[in-house]
Amino acid sequence: MFRLKQGIRRFFFVVALAFFCFFSAAPFVWMTITVFKQDKDLYRSGNNPFIFNEPPTLDHLRLLFNETNYTIFLRNSLFIGVLVVIITLVFALPAAYSLARLTGRWGERAGIGIFLVYLVPPTLLFIPLSRIVVSLGLNNTLWALVLIYPTISIPFSTWLLMGFFKSIPKDLEEAAMMDGYSRFGAIMRVVLPLSLSGVIAVIVFTFTLTLHEFIYALAFVSSSAQRTISVGVPTELIRGDVFFWQSLMAAAAIVAIPVGIIYVFFLDRLVAGFTMGAVKG
Amino acid sequence: MQDNAAVDTSSRFSTKYIADNEKFLGWAFLLPAVLYILLLVGVPFVLAIAFSLADVTVGDTTLNFVGLQNFARIMQTPEFWQSLRNTFGFAITAQIITIILANILAVLLSSDFRGKWFALVLIMLPWSTPIALGAIGWLWLLDSKFSPIDWVLRYFSLLGGEGALLGVPKNLYYLGKAQLAQASIIMVYVWRMLPLSAVILLAGLTSIPQDLLDQAEVDGSSFWRTLFQIKLPLILPIMIIAILFSFIYTVGDMAIVFILTRGGPVYYTHVLPTWAYIKGIEGGALAEGAAIALFIFPVLLAAAILILRYSRRTEVT
Repeated sequence: MFRLKQGIRRFFFVVALAFFCFFSAAPFVWMTITVFKQDKDLYRSGNNPFIFNEPPTLDHLRLLFNETNYTIFLRNSLFIGVLVVIITLVFALPAAYSLARLTGRWGERAGIGIFLVYLVPPTLLFIPLSRIVVSLGLNNTLWALVLIYPTISIPFSTWLLMGFFKSIPKDLEEAAMMDGYSRFGAIMRVVLPLSLSGVIAVIVFTFTLTLHEFIYALAFVSSSAQRTISVGVPTELIRGDVFFWQSLMAAAAIVAIPVGIIYVFFLDRLVAGFTMGAVKG
Repeated sequence: MQDNAAVDTSSRFSTKYIADNEKFLGWAFLLPAVLYILLLVGVPFVLAIAFSLADVTVGDTTLNFVGLQNFARIMQTPEFWQSLRNTFGFAITAQIITIILANILAVLLSSDFRGKWFALVLIMLPWSTPIALGAIGWLWLLDSKFSPIDWVLRYFSLLGGEGALLGVPKNLYYLGKAQLAQASIIMVYVWRMLPLSAVILLAGLTSIPQDLLDQAEVDGSSFWRTLFQIKLPLILPIMIIAILFSFIYTVGDMAIVFILTRGGPVYYTHVLPTWAYIKGIEGGALAEGAAIALFIFPVLLAAAILILRYSRRTEVT
């Protein structure tokens, strides 16, 4: 009886889990199948869409890399991502340390303020920011995004790093300062190495954030050569009513799947960022 | 005795010195980030309000205040009301579905099984992928002619052909009919937010002290009873945080609607962000665009205050 009950529970467990995995992954599975399909296979509505009725082909990948701006989008996204990560670290590391250690009641308020900023969605600001970008002469260049993206990543990163710094015992730093290091030296030699995993998490999240962002990239940049992956792929690879579905799917899958795998390593940090350390994992 | 006193004063002196130093250092560390944010979030926010009360366009950016004229004008258009209804209708419906599914998913993921890592990669994909690219995947999955979902339905004779349950036409046109398009967009929102909500709830579940659960087991509490009377009440504050975050993301998102339907058919799937974009950026009516976007602000503020309140509460317990 007990066995049977366990078996039933296990059956439902597997079915439910399979459902969720399928629901989440369905568009990506469909993308991956599509990439390798020939036109005459794909565009025949009678064909079973899940199998290859014609031999698979790499033509669409070739088209994507050779005849579209895809590699330019990739390069732009990479460039913006790296610069934004650097800017974010430069501003967020000291700010987070300050909020975790140094400032008192006002620091706490500033911390809450920074947290509130990270809840402000781009939707609210993109119209006035588009004017600011124009008046700075940055419209239509990716420098606009390099300037604006840290407004999203600095608050999130500060918040995340603050939690990290708080978890490092003060005694360790004080011991280092006793040993003759300045506070700055203590930060460099004790605090940063101990919070390395937090810094890496911030790098990953900031980078993915710049990859994800859509509204600013759409509103501020309109020339093809300056576009990012997120905006370039949906707007440039669709020519009028003609959809190059296979190449489009390849463009999406090539970015989505590696990022998805890296992301899972940092899940705990992500959760900590959202629950503000309220949950101790 | 005297020696001791000397040590005391000197240490007091040095801590005082460090405290002064700390204050300075604290502000010096914090100020750059605060300035960056003030200049590029605070200023635009004030500008957003100023724009909405003025008559700025792309052609003429001088601020001439016109009071609430912009608001009056946008409120006369049916597109605005549809966008407003959709923004909150989509977000609330998606949140209800998401939180139910996320609870189930979190319970599933709280047990250990082989291949959990791989399952996590698959389940996180909607959140880890740039949403624009995920939305393109859905656009193709919901294609009006070649949707594989339609093919499966046809295969089982549920669609296309005489007497088929879902109608005679060969396709359902997921994004072409108002209600179906709205439902599709809600589904994509759920798809997108489910992983985040689930992992936040999972963290809540795993933080429940084990002895509490052991005690429940000793007392003969069943699986369901433990779930509904111990686990769920304990993670309620975290669940509310998950709902609010997911809500904020959904209300602020424009990529999903923009890529899937661009607000169509007609304007039945527009949300405030897409309508603000069409008006403000594509149409050049900055003032009206800013006014439209501002309508999400009060709700966001309320959500943010609730998040702060509930996160405090979880910290105390």
